[in-house]
Amino acid sequence: MNYGIVSQEQLEQIDTILTDKLIKLGVDCVIIIDMAGNIITAKDNGESKYDVYSFAALAAGNFATVDAMAKLVGEQEFSLLFHKGQESNIHFSKIDDELLLISMFGKDISLGFLRLNVVDVIEKIRQLWKRK
Amino acid sequence: MSFINLKDKVVQVKIVYYGPGRCGKTTNLEYINKTYRNQIVSEMVSLKTHGDRTLFFDFLPFDMGKIKGYDIKIQLYTVPGQVKYNATRKLVLRGVDGIVFVADAMAKQREKNIRSLNQLHENLLSYKESIFKIPLVMQYNKVDLKEHGIPILPTEVLQKDLNSRLKVPYFEASAITGYNVAATLKKIISSTVISIQKKLL
Repeated sequence: MNYGIVSQEQLEQIDTILTDKLIKLGVDCVIIIDMAGNIITAKDNGESKYDVYSFAALAAGNFATVDAMAKLVGEQEFSLLFHKGQESNIHFSKIDDELLLISMFGKDISLGFLRLNVVDVIEKIRQLWKRK
Repeated sequence: MSFINLKDKVVQVKIVYYGPGRCGKTTNLEYINKTYRNQIVSEMVSLKTHGDRTLFFDFLPFDMGKIKGYDIKIQLYTVPGQVKYNATRKLVLRGVDGIVFVADAMAKQREKNIRSLNQLHENLLSYKESIFKIPLVMQYNKVDLKEHGIPILPTEVLQKDLNSRLKVPYFEASAITGYNVAATLKKIISSTVISIQKKLL
């Protein structure tokens, strides 16, 4: 996998996928991060004002912790996580061993519909890397 | 590994402050946070216990300006120093680009420094990184305690204990007063950026 440096073309394609599949659906903010806490790309609906850098660091830590817990109970991994709040929710899904897709969304989007789209996005991103 | 975004021209660099419990890693970050407030856009994130000990990590991002048209975003992390938290220490080290090893110069902490450095070596090996290759700076912290009559290790002893084989740059420092905190930070940033440049060329 071409990881470490992602070409401008790859990033633009990923941004298009994220916008078409998640932002247009009504998701507030989508971030792709690596497991070290670096941001690969972040897209939002133009209104949300999240501190994405701190968020990425915490999300990577959070996911790593859950991954370690999975191993303790004999699971290979817990490939997705969901945090539910009053007004907003966060959905984490693993793209591959290095990358994580995080979607932040409000109460007007159904979780099931979001998950279907997340699966689609991840498949498309994997294809994109395969081609390189 | 640093992440380079060619589209937005951003380089993200991960620097970890490592060292035994209560050696002053968080104090280093707190001093940087206070002193360079105008360069830091977001708040420092600290995941700590009720007793103010680091539980997972502290995180402090700041912008260093541009090198060759690329925005350099430095992300500073600390690890929890307590012995029992090695699993989380290892998690924080994932993808690290540069390390500051903060040693406690108090005489009674001598052995803990050595043990912590050895564990750093092992933890890096689990990511196939080598302590001899990764950008590393030593900081001998708490030298101000000498004035208060607390026995501290002479720098030659610390050098012999920790840096005789590594031979990396070192600083005597006092994180609480800020003495050499910035010097340590500048040194690790420059070593790390140079090492990233070398990897890319």
